Amino acid sequence: MTIERHNYDVLVIGAGGAGLRAAVEAREAGLRVAIICKSLFGKAHTVMAEGGAAASMGNVNDNDNWMVHFRDTMRGGKFLNHFRMAELHAKEAPDRIWELETWGALFDRTKAGKISQRNFGGHEYPRLAHVGDRTGLELIRTMQQKIVQLQQKDGRETGDMESGIKVYAELTITDILKENGKISGAYGYWRESGSEVLFEAPAVIIATGGVGKTFKITSNSWEGTGDGHALALKAGANLVDMEFLQFHPTGMVWPPSVRGILVTESVRGEGGVLTNTNGERFMFKYIPDVFKDKYADNEAEADRWYEDQDNNRRPPELLPRDEVARAINTEVKAGRGTEHGGVFLDVSKRLSAEIIKKRLPSMWHQFYELAGVDITKEAMEVGPTCHYVMGGVEVEPDTAAAVGVPGLFAAGEVAGGMHGSNRLGGNSLTDLLVFGRRAGIGAIDYVKNNGANPVSQAAIAAAAAKIQAPFDRQGGENSYSLHAELQEITHNLVGIIRTKVELEEAIIKIAEIRKRSANVSVSGGRKFNPGFHLAFDLDNMLLVAESTAKSAINREESRGGHTRDDFPGMNNKWRQINNISSFDGNQVNIREQVLPTIPKELFDLFDVHELEKYMTPEEIAKGGSN
Amino acid sequence: MARNIKLRIWRGDSTDGALKDVVVEANEGEVVLDVIHRVQATQMGDLAVRWNCKAGKCGSCSMEINGKPRLACMTQVASFGEEETITVTPLRAFPVIKDLVTDVSFNYKKAMEIPAYEHPKDLAPGEARMEQIDVERSQEFRKCIECFLCQDVCHVVRDHEENKKSFAGPRFFIRIAELDMHPLDTLKNRKKTAQEEHGLGMCNITKCCTEVCPEHIRITDNAIIPMKERVVDIKYDPARWLGSKIRRREGL
Repeated sequence: MTIERHNYDVLVIGAGGAGLRAAVEAREAGLRVAIICKSLFGKAHTVMAEGGAAASMGNVNDNDNWMVHFRDTMRGGKFLNHFRMAELHAKEAPDRIWELETWGALFDRTKAGKISQRNFGGHEYPRLAHVGDRTGLELIRTMQQKIVQLQQKDGRETGDMESGIKVYAELTITDILKENGKISGAYGYWRESGSEVLFEAPAVIIATGGVGKTFKITSNSWEGTGDGHALALKAGANLVDMEFLQFHPTGMVWPPSVRGILVTESVRGEGGVLTNTNGERFMFKYIPDVFKDKYADNEAEADRWYEDQDNNRRPPELLPRDEVARAINTEVKAGRGTEHGGVFLDVSKRLSAEIIKKRLPSMWHQFYELAGVDITKEAMEVGPTCHYVMGGVEVEPDTAAAVGVPGLFAAGEVAGGMHGSNRLGGNSLTDLLVFGRRAGIGAIDYVKNNGANPVSQAAIAAAAAKIQAPFDRQGGENSYSLHAELQEITHNLVGIIRTKVELEEAIIKIAEIRKRSANVSVSGGRKFNPGFHLAFDLDNMLLVAESTAKSAINREESRGGHTRDDFPGMNNKWRQINNISSFDGNQVNIREQVLPTIPKELFDLFDVHELEKYMTPEEIAKGGSN
Repeated sequence: MARNIKLRIWRGDSTDGALKDVVVEANEGEVVLDVIHRVQATQMGDLAVRWNCKAGKCGSCSMEINGKPRLACMTQVASFGEEETITVTPLRAFPVIKDLVTDVSFNYKKAMEIPAYEHPKDLAPGEARMEQIDVERSQEFRKCIECFLCQDVCHVVRDHEENKKSFAGPRFFIRIAELDMHPLDTLKNRKKTAQEEHGLGMCNITKCCTEVCPEHIRITDNAIIPMKERVVDIKYDPARWLGSKIRRREGL
């Protein structure tokens, strides 16, 4: 059998923000680049980002600078972030935003004509560059069009617009290939035809995004199946801290057509209240001690805050995301949730229809058009939705090189370390740009020093056999049902609140599903067959779920996006530890690895009393490394 | 409150195909994409349908529902009568690959033909200053989610394969208009090339594109007509005369 073969210098898997930024960088350096996406070009999940891109340009408040941004990011991540990634991100984010403008992006403006910046949770100053509530779309479109510009340039020079950079849309990668311990390429299939493709390239950049589809309720699209996480694991790379997942507290839970879709925080900011099925405004019961002086403990004061913020404490609906998510989860588990597993969020009682439509136009449209719910008249049903994974491929911060696999790079949501245990809103879009570019540079340098690394016939045969296997089995398991079963397990046992007993059960059950998944069979042919596609996605999600469950059981504390009912507090000993997942071909293994010590110049950016909350006395005494 | 609904789905590929009737459960509040997914998971494991965000933001699940170009994720099942059969077919203007999935590569080829944005050479990153009111005109067109429903409905190409070569279509007229109205773009003659190279003159402003746009972009009024009006060196274009009689809508 002859298979379709392509040769490139750099292969970028994923065409979201990080992948496209990496591809631009590599092409501008003269390398030949292939971009691979599971969807059509321009549909990546980046388009869903609404809030904006955090960069300390200081256009709205000139007190802002990279140091303030760095501090905010480390606080948000509860000091588990890789300091160097947070530092590079804070320093380079403004340049990455300005650069987009030179490629044609049109951000909203300040009165002085600069890029406007908005406030967001956890950011000390107005910092998010934005375009209404469609900032992600602007990023994707700008880079998509930048790539067209590069193609037009190549077209003028060579007569072939796709000679230097080509997009392979609707193609799934099933294996990353290595020869002699180094990257040699990747293998996959066209989703349209099911026919197989070999890419030979000495450098592969993984930019595949998140893992949300591992969970039952998620804001992620079907693409968020952790492909890059799993491909990296199988290629011998490590994942760091896979226990940290961000659950947005208010995702739609009903009707099913919109399950998981985000309800923006501003609904609560504008006066939306959360109630359980007893009609109780329950958030007053969930104000942690450290926040008692900032949040109202009675309805009268909470209601007054909307009119007079100087003399009243904030309503508890505006507590940080993780607190609200946990509170809703507790109410539902206690039987005070709706039959669909949510609680009520209502703005209709406080605001007039006119004001709701004016202040929350996109929310009103989202509910009215997607769900047939009129939020000016009725309550929304909401619950926590899996939104973002902080954990990901362990990388060298400066080059985005995956630790342990020469030639492999990772950037964006699929990479770990940058956000620590919890990501701030707005930091994701600039993460894509900063580390997408750095992954591109990393690959450029690598390719300069490492020539082609041909793929062996044996590697091709093994990859091809794997793709054919589900068609050769008859009457085996159905990938849709196995996926649904996996989602039930993760939702119930590896969700927002975790316990040792439940995690142990989850690990056993995930292993059982993995065993059964080896027997998945597919009906129909190879041509655009979603059952066949899911069979491969399922394999990836199983590895992700196993890594998450095993990391979660190992971390005996609660921090950011990981809450253990049996270990409720933060533990400064655990702040020094990353959980590293690796794959031995059979199962995921976890080992503890000590975080690098923060250098003195970054240590000194903080008030030592703040650091005392997170660090051990020995660490404080050391005062950072030199 | 689930009920059974009647769905008629086109199944087949470029060689052959037919409408297949199925009965499928629909729950309150569901959209057409939900019931298609249920058919996929329970009755037709290999039913091909494109989708992605399921929130009207990515423009992947374009198809024709009872003959109208729509996003399946934005079409409520409840918007049809209880006894009505909902018929879903692939986009007609593009070649079928399989079932509800069509080959939309025409659009990506056209995208590559539109000259890219050109930034002023002497304007360094971070130095740009623009008024909000000036960026808003182009921002309207940058809302486009590339669902290609406007391309599908446009009768210049819908039943006229032969026109595709010389006609970029509404999606790319708004792309040209966006660049033309971009406060910083330095490339000249965009309107002229729209007319001469991308087929702007073939549009006779029936506004079908505007009607199907899920982002409510006023494609005809705010992009096509203003460009037609200002094209320098127009030879003969009946739409130009008509365009001059239709005023730009209020609000922008």
